[in-house]
Amino acid sequence: MSDVLDRPDAKPGFTSVGTRPIRPDGFDKVTGKAAYGADLVMPGMLHGRIKRSPLAHARILGIDARKALALPGVKAVVTGADFPDFAAEILEGGEAASNTRDMAVNIIARDKVLYDGHCVAAVAAISPAIAEAALELIEVAYEPLPHVIDVEAAMAPDAPVLHDHLFTEGVEPRPTLPSNIAKRHEFVRGDVGAALAEAEVTVVGRYTTKAVHQGYIEPHACVASMSADGQGYVWSSSQGHFMVRTYCAKVLGLEISDLRVTPAEIGGGFGGKTVVYLEPLALALSRASGAPVKMVMSRDEVFRATGPTSGGVIEVKLGARPDGTIIAADVTLKFQAGAFPGSPVGAACMTAIACYDIPNFSVVGWDVVTNSPKVAAYRAPGAPIAAFGVESAMDELARKLGMDPIVLRAKNGARNGVKASYGPTFANIGFLETLDAIKQHPNYVIPLGPNQGRGVAAGFWFNVGGESTAAVHLGEDGTATVVTGNPDIGGSRASMAIMAAEVLGVSVDRVRPMIADTASIGYSMLTGGSRTTFATGMAVVQAAEKVVAELKTRAAKIWDVPVEEVEWAAGQAVCLAKPDVRPLTLRGLAGQSARTGGPISAEVSLNAQGAGPGFAVHLCDVEVDPETGHVTVLRYLAAQDVGRAIHPAYVEGQMQGGAAQGVGWALNEEYIFDAEGRMENAGFLDYRVPVASDLPMIDTVMIEVPNPRHPYGAKGVGEAPIVPPLAAVANAVRAAIGVRMPDLPLSPPKIRAAIDAKGA
Amino acid sequence: MSKIHVTTTVNGDAAEFLTDPGTTLLDGLRDHLGLTGSKEGCGSGDCGACSIIVDGRLVCACLMLAAEAEGRRIETIEGMAQGSELHPLQQKFLEHAALQCGFCTPGLLVAAKALLDTNPDPTEEETRYWLAGNLCRCTGYDKVIRAVLDAAAVLRQERRAA
Repeated sequence: MSDVLDRPDAKPGFTSVGTRPIRPDGFDKVTGKAAYGADLVMPGMLHGRIKRSPLAHARILGIDARKALALPGVKAVVTGADFPDFAAEILEGGEAASNTRDMAVNIIARDKVLYDGHCVAAVAAISPAIAEAALELIEVAYEPLPHVIDVEAAMAPDAPVLHDHLFTEGVEPRPTLPSNIAKRHEFVRGDVGAALAEAEVTVVGRYTTKAVHQGYIEPHACVASMSADGQGYVWSSSQGHFMVRTYCAKVLGLEISDLRVTPAEIGGGFGGKTVVYLEPLALALSRASGAPVKMVMSRDEVFRATGPTSGGVIEVKLGARPDGTIIAADVTLKFQAGAFPGSPVGAACMTAIACYDIPNFSVVGWDVVTNSPKVAAYRAPGAPIAAFGVESAMDELARKLGMDPIVLRAKNGARNGVKASYGPTFANIGFLETLDAIKQHPNYVIPLGPNQGRGVAAGFWFNVGGESTAAVHLGEDGTATVVTGNPDIGGSRASMAIMAAEVLGVSVDRVRPMIADTASIGYSMLTGGSRTTFATGMAVVQAAEKVVAELKTRAAKIWDVPVEEVEWAAGQAVCLAKPDVRPLTLRGLAGQSARTGGPISAEVSLNAQGAGPGFAVHLCDVEVDPETGHVTVLRYLAAQDVGRAIHPAYVEGQMQGGAAQGVGWALNEEYIFDAEGRMENAGFLDYRVPVASDLPMIDTVMIEVPNPRHPYGAKGVGEAPIVPPLAAVANAVRAAIGVRMPDLPLSPPKIRAAIDAKGA
Repeated sequence: MSKIHVTTTVNGDAAEFLTDPGTTLLDGLRDHLGLTGSKEGCGSGDCGACSIIVDGRLVCACLMLAAEAEGRRIETIEGMAQGSELHPLQQKFLEHAALQCGFCTPGLLVAAKALLDTNPDPTEEETRYWLAGNLCRCTGYDKVIRAVLDAAAVLRQERRAA
């Protein structure tokens, strides 16, 4: 069980790390005071709306906005012609690299629309209703073109081509004709063909997944204001306000220093708010109208025009010895990128077999453009799709070998010193411990009834570090303000406060964590990649250490001793040279800082390296109703190597939330397109994310194998937990009905059909 | 198009505003009264982020018109705490870490209050089905359900003590 408050005490050797204080921003969030993207009102504010393509693929012949501009109350209309053109450039601003020109054309179409929902124009008016009415008056002439959405259809030689300038990268010789295949990725070791031929036991499978959306409950929203002197201001909900600043400046041709971005509270992102959609449009409308402009997406727009993750095809061959030693893995991944290149197939290739030590492998990935919304990062981008195929195949292999699925995974599992399939050598990883935690858990041996099945699956995510800035300022009463540049997406303020309190030796409630705008703190990469507690936490710790060093200097000055004679312990300076002198508390030192040298504060900017990879193993029990094909999740257990849990309740929360999203991916969620390429289920009624009655309690086991590169041993925890559930659920359904279901989602009609086919 | 004058009660206080006939009650609360604690996640009654209580009944504010608030008694998240004293549900949500991004939290709290107002001792299953109209994408619901059940126990104890 993951009972809260069951470990009220800090970890050995710590006073704050490992405790579960109430989050500092909690009061505002349970009382409705917290301000999210749509909650800001500026004086004289206009309302922006977007004219979207009703076609999946078409050439734009002309846009006539004269009637819209003539409507009373309409203040501005912008189209692609109002934005500068610039050469393609890859920017590492987000969770994944982004091609800024593609992003600009995704934000507002130029000569072609590439998917149903693609923005063709935006309007600002004095009320939302007038803006809405103006959209109807914007006339767009299209020449419809054939479209393609299915990934393998898009790879076919006769497929409609989305981009005339797209030639496949990563193949020799370079193609002479453009195609929808943007890139081929390859990771190879040993001789997989020979090893497969030599293996006594082999399994072969082909698996598919559909595009799914991150499903954050808060739609994209912003308010932007552009002054006549060229100074811009943006308030928006995103995973990184520095990312917003970078991309807006690029798309609009502005100087970075001319933009200031304030982070609103963010109502969920899961990777989907690592790019911009509305902000450059709102700035352009504000520039044209001279007034601030608020833009808020509808849920329909969120589904049709913002990042889902790829649908994919995963082909897997595994070859093993009779004792279960896997000697070969051959994996092919084909991913929908949406309208522009950049599916997460590269990360999928790197993670696909990262859990295992396999001497011969070939992992090949294909990045394919399709007439659907450009994919955005979604929690461990690509890894769940690859793991669905590989972990389903592992389950089949265990069955064929007659081996326990955990024993098979442990026998081949990655351990310290193993060279990972994607390059580096593993150190300080806890995969085997995580597998063992599942095997030892009571859930592993609970007897199952009829129509019930149990599935296990593993998952891997790199976790990342990167650029972060943090500042610590002491108040004259001895309290501390901790300032960072990372939006708090799931409780990170609490862990920042804990880490600062640990260094300063004060209680957590004496530390106030804040998130500052782009003008008030140094650059920080966005909140994503499971990097914030690790990298920004490292900056917080170093800034707090600088403050402690300064406090020691001040104490030394007061005592007139060398600073080496001062020690910092339990929130106070102790004089080693004069043991009978009373220690000076942080409060006391802060109170007299004016007389000892001035305010005490420190800011640290760094580029954190050495994020420890995360491994997760999930165990799922299901019951399948043979009458309806409905799957009930009976029990769910998530185990994960978390390095060290700074605030364990929010670590559990990440594990539970990731598991729930994965269960939705496995059972319910999918983008459904009609014959014309229009999304048919662009709403929460028909795109069904898990609700409270769909899920049981989600039990968690945190394994702590500390990461020595972080001051307190933290590893990223947010992403690994969405990697195993797709296969864990599918393996449980396989056990329950005796049929392998290779195509997600495992919806009731598919399961009924499989049961019927088995009986026939 | 002429505006409609609406007189209503929000969190115990009289309130009045002018509204267009097509404006939803959610937009009325947020834009006319400045009560932005109720959130819009879908505008179609599927996510529950705008849950409010109208004359004792749990509703999605996005599915009512602002004009329909006339003469009603409305409870929103802003009225849940008594001054600086949190409602036990709010307190338990904090203690159990039952929120991550916090966007669905106002709706979940209001919906949970509507449950406990009528059923002081719900089972886990009753709680899960009652809250099935409130989507949360962050937590997987585990800590939410525990917080609601824990708050229910606190409220029962308070009632017994009273």
